[in-house]
Amino acid sequence: MNEVPVIISRLTESFLLNCRIFALTLVFSLPLGLVIAFGSMSRFRPLRWLVRTFVWVIRGTPLMLQLIVIYFGPGLMNMSFSWPGGSSGRFVAANVAFIINYACYFSEIYRGGIESIPRGQYEAGMVLGMTKSQIFFKVILLQVIKRILPPVGNEVITLVKDTALARIIANKEIIMMAGEYTNKGLIWPLFATGIYFLVFVGVLTIVLDWLEKKLSYFRA
Amino acid sequence: MSFLEVKSIEKSFGNLKVLKNIDFSLEKGEVIAIIGSSGSGKTTLLRCLNFLERPDSGSIIVNGKVIFDAADPTAQRDSDVRRKRLHFGLVFQNFNLFPQYTVLQNVTLAAELLAKERADFKQNRRAILQEIQEHGKKLLAQVGLSDKLDCYPHEISGGQQQRVAIARALALEPDILCFDEPTSALDPELTGEVLKVIRKLAERNTTMIIVTHEMDFARDVADRVIFMDDGVIVEQGSPEEVFENPREERTKQFLMRYNKDFE
Repeated sequence: MNEVPVIISRLTESFLLNCRIFALTLVFSLPLGLVIAFGSMSRFRPLRWLVRTFVWVIRGTPLMLQLIVIYFGPGLMNMSFSWPGGSSGRFVAANVAFIINYACYFSEIYRGGIESIPRGQYEAGMVLGMTKSQIFFKVILLQVIKRILPPVGNEVITLVKDTALARIIANKEIIMMAGEYTNKGLIWPLFATGIYFLVFVGVLTIVLDWLEKKLSYFRA
Repeated sequence: MSFLEVKSIEKSFGNLKVLKNIDFSLEKGEVIAIIGSSGSGKTTLLRCLNFLERPDSGSIIVNGKVIFDAADPTAQRDSDVRRKRLHFGLVFQNFNLFPQYTVLQNVTLAAELLAKERADFKQNRRAILQEIQEHGKKLLAQVGLSDKLDCYPHEISGGQQQRVAIARALALEPDILCFDEPTSALDPELTGEVLKVIRKLAERNTTMIIVTHEMDFARDVADRVIFMDDGVIVEQGSPEEVFENPREERTKQFLMRYNKDFE
């Protein structure tokens, strides 16, 4: 029975991969989503059309498929670009897929939030001589953040569990690791992975509640 | 030449002509009340003065300087417009305070942002910001809100919010302060406190254009009354002239309808 600590330490180690994908995806997809949101609200029609089509494709196809296409696509299509060999290539490819996918979802949440801010807030800023960027960053943004926190929180929690999809291109994340034990006839490590996710999401929930409380000092 | 000259302003939304050949002028220290039924173009006129709408034709001249000329599109770049609109202040019907800022911050925010563009801002940062704070507090004292500096907009009444909005508009010391139905979104018992503040501004010879449905107030506070209907200025004159002896049939009808509603 002294294999238990070994298994747990290997599960923990592989869960760190999930955590790294989670963190990197958030760091890049949250701001990228804003850029995409601006594109989808652009007054320049071709750009708006292009961006909205892109968002439609990304949201309309399975993330699992996107992982496969992004990882194997360049090689199969004989592109000059190729991912680095070995585990680092698989890790980077997984992150790229997650970032693009989540940025598209975030962009739609941002767009909804931005468009929900009353016109009067912009106009009040304009008659006070503020520039467009001052109005956005000093007046609009915080109101948008307050409004979109719950749906963004939902996406963030979904992302925690979606990181397990990275195994489809052989990233050794926690469920893939547990699966190796299942193949040897040991089922409890697979169940144990659930606890990792539960604890992680529990902490996230606390953080999200705290953020929401932080922003409850005003009403918008 | 008058302090403000508005010359043949026209504005259409699609096929709908909202303003037709609007001409009027305003002297420094004068208070004009614009009356008329909903949809007569009063609000659009104010929005044109504040560059929230761009007139299709006509020009606006403040203090001898052309600040808008529809015939000269080169003078309509965003950066130009931003500076020029500071000649005017605007108080909105539904206040439009910034909810995430305190009462004092609402008043000082724009001034602080503008101060950052000053060449000497870096050296005198503290003094400048201090001055803006003091000015903001003074304005809030003027509108009777010294005890609400650190409140957020949702914590105060509608009448108080509108008074903050007035202080905010005054903070940048506009040449002409415009009011777009400043009491229409307020409960009747709260309109008094806002009208009192505007009346006090009139006594201090603040140059103002007030779009309002409060006829008694307009008669009281305005030096001149403009009656608008269907996008044109039908009649203008002193409050006595317009309210007691209206020359135009449309003005008579409007005032009659108004009096009937309130009897």
